[in-house]
Amino acid sequence: MNLHEYQGKEILNSFGVAIQRGIVATTPDEAAAAAQKLTEQTGTSWHVVKAQIHAGGRGKGGGVKLAKNLDEVRSKSSEILGMMLITPQTSQEGKKVHQVLIAEDVYYPGESETKEFYMSVLLDRQQGRNAILYSTEGGMDIEEVAEKTPHLIFKEIIDPLVGLGDFQARKIAFNLGLSGKAFKEMVAFVKALYRAYDSIDAGLFEINPVLKTSDDRIIAVDAKVSLDGNGLFRHADYAALRDKREEDPMDVEAGEAGLNFVKLDGNVACMVNGAGLAMATMDIIKMAGGNPANFLDVGGTADAKRVETAFRLILKDPNVKAILVNIFGGIVRCDRVAQGIVDAYQSIGDIPVPIIVRLEGTNAKEAKELIDKSGLAVHSAILLQEAADLVQKMVR
Amino acid sequence: MSVLVNKHSKVIVQGFTGSEGTFHASQMIEYGTNVVGGVTPGKGGQRHLDRPVFDTVAQAVAQTGADVSILFVPPAFAADAILEAAEAGIKVIVTITEGIPVKDMVKVKAYVAERDCVLIGPNCPGVITAGEAKVGIMPGFVFVPGKVGIVSKSGTLTYEAADQISKAGLGVTTAIGIGGDPIIGTTTRQAVELLMKDPETYGIVMIGEIGGSLEAEAARWIKEHGTKPVVGFIAGETAPKGRTMGHAGAIVGGAEDTAQAKKAILRECGVHVVDSPAHIGKRMAELLKA
Repeated sequence: MNLHEYQGKEILNSFGVAIQRGIVATTPDEAAAAAQKLTEQTGTSWHVVKAQIHAGGRGKGGGVKLAKNLDEVRSKSSEILGMMLITPQTSQEGKKVHQVLIAEDVYYPGESETKEFYMSVLLDRQQGRNAILYSTEGGMDIEEVAEKTPHLIFKEIIDPLVGLGDFQARKIAFNLGLSGKAFKEMVAFVKALYRAYDSIDAGLFEINPVLKTSDDRIIAVDAKVSLDGNGLFRHADYAALRDKREEDPMDVEAGEAGLNFVKLDGNVACMVNGAGLAMATMDIIKMAGGNPANFLDVGGTADAKRVETAFRLILKDPNVKAILVNIFGGIVRCDRVAQGIVDAYQSIGDIPVPIIVRLEGTNAKEAKELIDKSGLAVHSAILLQEAADLVQKMVR
Repeated sequence: MSVLVNKHSKVIVQGFTGSEGTFHASQMIEYGTNVVGGVTPGKGGQRHLDRPVFDTVAQAVAQTGADVSILFVPPAFAADAILEAAEAGIKVIVTITEGIPVKDMVKVKAYVAERDCVLIGPNCPGVITAGEAKVGIMPGFVFVPGKVGIVSKSGTLTYEAADQISKAGLGVTTAIGIGGDPIIGTTTRQAVELLMKDPETYGIVMIGEIGGSLEAEAARWIKEHGTKPVVGFIAGETAPKGRTMGHAGAIVGGAEDTAQAKKAILRECGVHVVDSPAHIGKRMAELLKA
């Protein structure tokens, strides 16, 4: 589950991670009030207005702006609030901005140069251990850094039974070229960051940039925080931070019905039991000359109610020209699923696109007979290849 | 011969008396698996499905000589149940549970690595040695005894492959569902290695998907040590970047873990990659006839 920057920063700060301070606002007036309050609290004279959406690259799309006085805070907030923000990580339509974070200016001049670093905490899947990934090249796209200057990216693997060692935190600070006060601050920063990661069942932290200020403080200027959905049962307070406006409404509806659904841009929809077979079915659609309109795993109990919900969901997408149902019956009997499809079809009434149903496994023959005798405009298949051939015929 | 489980395996079920445990344990018994008892803390001394229930895995091992365990324990308690099984000396721990937090699995993986046991899963359909022992939730009838081993991250895609293999007249030795989570106990390479060493297995089907690097790692091992034909399929060529496709581990992060990239590595390493999952059985039949 992804969080907004302001939510992520609040959580990090509660574990002692130093952050760029800010106050979230939903209107230009709130933004101005936030800026005033922030000046009182931090002494900042300039402010940064930052769009809060679940996507990176916000600056490139005009979603992050510097304001040098209250009028500018107001005017820039009103420009950003409500806009469709398009970044390299959003769709072409962009994402609507509902909130802005009014943040203190942390690039003020001082005794030393400011310096930006990159730091993330994540699971190293190859080793099955958490890792801290960091670089001297902060503030830019890390994938680009990895491509052009891979020697400037460092990785520290953490032993799960021991935890992050102080020596590891020191090593990171040394590798980043720090000394004196900034060194000490970085060691404390890394330790607090990992403590937060370990405590909240996080899935990913990406802090880009981590800033060394001109007075040698180390702070998180941005924060991408993702939580492990499977760990949320331990953190009801964090689960409540979910912002459904950031998700595709169809995905949300599917989730509430217990379906695992991802909306895609194609023309052939599919409904499958099992995630692996669902991906494989999408691939078959592509090979047959179509494009998958979705990923949909109906799970182990493909009963009439779930099948009906799934059909209704799929049919909301006007691009769908055909539907491929692919069920491999194991414990779940194919004839039951077939009955579910027939019932769902009759309950919905008219389904305007052709449906190809491939049922294999337990009672597959009985299921095919049931479908063939129903008189519905459903094409049935048993072998996967037969289903693929039918899709090819439909999309031509 | 077979790998991991066979007709001599003494299997216990953790989470025995729950609805999932009860249902699948009876299916396993019906298949002929030697289920010797189960564990549900607080219900020790009772009998369930005509078998003894124990409070702890240690008691079950002491009294039945169990060497294999299958877990139907809810996600919040599953990691602890794996540790208990490993501590009690169980040799093969099959974890069906889906939804165990990554934080728990990171610790479990490190703990199990220090002990003499094999963890299969989590989030997997289990292991079946055709005609001998089913330690999982798969439909047993699809796995006709024969000569092909299967390694897969996915449940229903494994059944699909087994069905094609059986229809092609080849049949299955052992099918290992390794699971679709980001952290799993037995990797693709380790499972392939087991089947490569099994004298009754003549060919191997390796089914992977987007995300991670397990298939590439297995393919590189096959290139060095492989002695049998391997048919490979990678699901998710059409999956978008950055979205989790059902399995928690099925997510494209960078250029290296796409289906296309994995297939290219597999091909370079001599794995017979099929683009369509409908061709798995056909391809293996061609290879074993040649």
